[in-house]
Amino acid sequence: MNKKELKRVDIIFDCANCEPLEIVKKALAMKPDEIIDQIISSGLKGRGGAGFPTGLKWKLAKEEKSDTKYVICNADEGEPGTFKDREILDVVPSKVLVGMCICAYAIGAKEGFVYLRNEYNFLLKDLIPLIEKFNKNIQKLGLDFHIKVFSGSGAYICGEESALFESMEGKRGEPRNKPPYPTKVGYNGKPTVINNVETLVYCTMIVRIGVEPFKKLGTNDSRGSKVFSVSGDTSKAGIYELELGVGVDEFVNEFGNGDTKAVQVGGASGHCVPRKDFKNKIIGFEGIPTGGSMMIFNSSRSMYNVLKDYLEFFEEESCGQCTPCRVGTQQLLKGIEAVKHGEKPSSYLNQLLKLTETMRVASKCGLGQSVHNSFSSIVKNFREEMIY
Amino acid sequence: MVQTENLIQELIKKHGNKRTSLLPILQDVVERERYLSEYAMVEVAKALDVSSAEVYGTASFYTFLYTKPMGKNIIRVCKTISCKMAGKEELVKALEKVLKIKMGETTRDMQFSLTESNCLGWCHKGPVMLINDTVYTEITPEKAVEVICAIDPKHLTNL
Amino acid sequence: MSKINLTIDNKKVSIEKGKTILDAAKKINVHIPTLCHHEDLCVAGNCRVCVVEVEGQKVLSASCAIPAEEGMVIKTNTPKVRNARKDIVALLVSEHNTQCTTCYRSMNCELQELSAEYNIDNNRYLSVLKPNIEIDRSSWSIEKDDSKCVRCQRCVRTCAELQHVNALTVSGKGKAMKISTFMDLPLNEAVCTNCGQCVIHCPTGALTERRYYDRVWEAIGDEKKHVVMNTAPSVRVAIGEMLGYPVGSRVTGKMVTAMKRMGVDSVLDTDFTADLTIIEEGNELLQRLKKALVDKDASIKLPMITSCSPGWVKFIEHIFPEHLGHLSTCKSPQQMFGALSKTYYAEKKGIDPKDIVSVAIMPCAAKKFEARRPEMKDSGYRDIDAGLTTRELGHMIKQAGLNFSDLEDGTFDSIMGESTGAGVLFGATGGVMEAALRTAYEVVTGREVPFDNLNILPVRGMEGIKDAAIKIEGCLPEWSFLEGVELKVAVAHGLINARQIMDQVAAGESPYHFIEVMACPGGCIGGGGQPIPTNEEIRLKRAAAIYEEDMGMPMRKSHENPEIIKIYKEFLKEPLGHVSHQLLHTTYKKRNHY
Repeated sequence: MNKKELKRVDIIFDCANCEPLEIVKKALAMKPDEIIDQIISSGLKGRGGAGFPTGLKWKLAKEEKSDTKYVICNADEGEPGTFKDREILDVVPSKVLVGMCICAYAIGAKEGFVYLRNEYNFLLKDLIPLIEKFNKNIQKLGLDFHIKVFSGSGAYICGEESALFESMEGKRGEPRNKPPYPTKVGYNGKPTVINNVETLVYCTMIVRIGVEPFKKLGTNDSRGSKVFSVSGDTSKAGIYELELGVGVDEFVNEFGNGDTKAVQVGGASGHCVPRKDFKNKIIGFEGIPTGGSMMIFNSSRSMYNVLKDYLEFFEEESCGQCTPCRVGTQQLLKGIEAVKHGEKPSSYLNQLLKLTETMRVASKCGLGQSVHNSFSSIVKNFREEMIY
Repeated sequence: MVQTENLIQELIKKHGNKRTSLLPILQDVVERERYLSEYAMVEVAKALDVSSAEVYGTASFYTFLYTKPMGKNIIRVCKTISCKMAGKEELVKALEKVLKIKMGETTRDMQFSLTESNCLGWCHKGPVMLINDTVYTEITPEKAVEVICAIDPKHLTNL
Repeated sequence: MSKINLTIDNKKVSIEKGKTILDAAKKINVHIPTLCHHEDLCVAGNCRVCVVEVEGQKVLSASCAIPAEEGMVIKTNTPKVRNARKDIVALLVSEHNTQCTTCYRSMNCELQELSAEYNIDNNRYLSVLKPNIEIDRSSWSIEKDDSKCVRCQRCVRTCAELQHVNALTVSGKGKAMKISTFMDLPLNEAVCTNCGQCVIHCPTGALTERRYYDRVWEAIGDEKKHVVMNTAPSVRVAIGEMLGYPVGSRVTGKMVTAMKRMGVDSVLDTDFTADLTIIEEGNELLQRLKKALVDKDASIKLPMITSCSPGWVKFIEHIFPEHLGHLSTCKSPQQMFGALSKTYYAEKKGIDPKDIVSVAIMPCAAKKFEARRPEMKDSGYRDIDAGLTTRELGHMIKQAGLNFSDLEDGTFDSIMGESTGAGVLFGATGGVMEAALRTAYEVVTGREVPFDNLNILPVRGMEGIKDAAIKIEGCLPEWSFLEGVELKVAVAHGLINARQIMDQVAAGESPYHFIEVMACPGGCIGGGGQPIPTNEEIRLKRAAAIYEEDMGMPMRKSHENPEIIKIYKEFLKEPLGHVSHQLLHTTYKKRNHY
């Protein structure tokens, strides 16, 4: 295991020598294929949580023959414990817009959207004028690309790419069947690149500073650095950009309060790492992946309450269309309550673990498929807290 | 009624009358009329040439497209785990006391609605609440009461 | 069309590009269970019952939704697949009102079948069925019981893409997700046409017809009551499906005997009033043509459109109320029958109409609503006391303990039991048009329609909108104004096609003189009251049976029916006359569009 020491990095929020339009000009002086090769070579993977290779996504969209293509920035950050995209959009929004621009140029898109969750409406006061100004400036640079904002209406599932497209198309945010994938059939049925806020900023910075400074960070499977949002039982709650591949033990040493019982890596859809596993888990795509959410729990916290909170979240936010997720989330919540209150024996937890396996393999989208992560890691590691 | 009709016409001019215009239009109706009335949804259905059932089905999916009348100030208290750990329950109790309503209800003068929301994205500064689009972080029960009374001094009498 | 080669359960199969894994499996007779999938509807892929293993994929794929790809290796029956499927069915059962013993769809329920196949019992999971779910019985035609809903959304897709009425939608999300109407209004307040297509596409007992057979049993058991039953043409070519016969079987004789054995006092035929409708409506069309072409009366609405489909009538009342003038003023055969049963029939038989219980057996859900329309009381009593579906009659026959296949063939009683092949045709899309043309053409020219065996093929078949043009030449003197006129007719079935027709009419661009519209795909043989399941193959077979039945009738033109000739001579006097207007014609009502 390629464990790294905790290292703070400053690529995302660094504003020195970072004139947005200069970066756009630099990109426009390259060929689209060159840009895509750079992104592929950097090893950048999606920073929203799914971790799909960004360069490959751009390449697939570029290869589609269509007059209409779209670039969408997924700013529907809703995973519990994640607040890094909000910070990025507040502090370095231009870098996000530049990233969209570079992508549009690379794949041949003329329209871009920032899908911003409704709960972040307070950002619009500054974001909209910024985008208007930006649109004018890039027109002057000769790029036919125009960005608009689309506001969410309160649905966590709309952070899922195909549900996001449905929402933009004026429908219920119900995830679609895949394949076909967004690079082939996305918004309005057209080839679409949809990237997380943070991913787009990394694309901007890779064009700005080159591949090597990014590539030399992280591990083979988790190149580069990532922004984490840390909360919970810590005196250092906040936003931190760290090199990927850091061991959980290093993380806890830095951010824990000396009494850390567990770290939830990746929010409600993520994994719970118990104290005994801190030293043999790393934070990265080959270890424990995350979209950025890092929640720290000390020994006073009931992991039953934590799991219950996550299940209530999923039960409410599930779109409801597919059986394993709609009914499964209800069964899991009702099930752990029954075991906790002695209405069902503790062996029923095994039945529920099997259910999460069914949800993992049979649900229509990532929401249902990910419930298994937190459920199994919490129940297996804190079983004694689940029973009567 | 005429007011709603005019509003919809205005919003069609602003957002267009395609299906892709539906959510922006509904958001703006909620912004102005504080909810989607049956009448408003029918007018939107007419303008977009879709059935009223489709408008309702779509609106009901989204938490913030209310189909019941809401107050002028919609309070959203984050109920996810980090904010729970930071004291969200005490905050809710204080709000319920000063507003004299229970979670999920609206004051009779239609000034405040008290609702719960899932993760609002301020986990490092909980507990947090939104009142319409304004965010209040690290909000203690006392500060929350101050905020309410600053918006509507009549609630000072509930202290 | 390029072919894709893949392997399913170690068997190789080749299929056109664009088809799904499920299509490929069907081709080689590999059975994959499904639930939200239906041949009539677009793909949903949400129930997840049809999941299969695709080599190389970490998660299972919904075979109904995923396109087949070159080189795919599929396994449909591994332990992983079986466990997932069993769990999914168990989850559906945990969300379900499992009182199968009292459920109308028991023994014909897709969830029940899956549960039996996978040995699901109630003890695997806790029940998450919401308590106190109220059954919506507000509509005269359709009953909605959310406690039996598996949320497959077939009904929503049916109402949206098959019928384009969009009365049903999905509301809420997560555990609050349910099938709903606008504002969750009761069905009788929604813009619902009562066509019942949602009912025949529903896999469980969540959507059923309102049932009235208990009242009919009561009336049959009441010696003071004289129960008259009339059956629509579509019933006789479909009811066999519920009683052990293959699809497309004609069981007219046995059906009549069964009804008599059940204790019905008089078993009569709606086809009689279908013939009557042709006379009235045919004359109405000719009158309109005369007023339009000769008198140049601008108030005359052409095209004239048929009015025997109550689902279609409610549709136009809601959606195109300004164009109600295009509808024929003729009642449907069911309602004509009802009005006559308590006047003409009562008089001839010497029975006090207040003791007559007039029951109609229909392939239709909307006819229940039609029977209760306030204006349907021209006889002085409620003209039709109860409208039952083919399915309800099937249940009654079973309840009567009859061994259907052993019954001898019976014949309809008289009066109002005699019919022609033209009357039978009403069951299939294009049938009313064909019947009308057989009579109208002969009335105007004195000759039979110029089609082999009187079979007007251009108006037959399952195409959504069919049209034809017939040149009228060699007219009889009184019809000389039609000499050389090319009569343009159209036939539409399924409300999505009705809407298309009406959009053209509303724009003033309709080139037709006469249009037949049926609310249900396939016409009445595909109606909302017919045996379940339904699909195109089934509808084609039932339609073929209708045409066979027509060919087998001794008379094939409505105006040849001796009972029809008699009723005019002795009672109605003349088509569109005073008595006809009183009993056989009706008015329509403007309804809310949204």
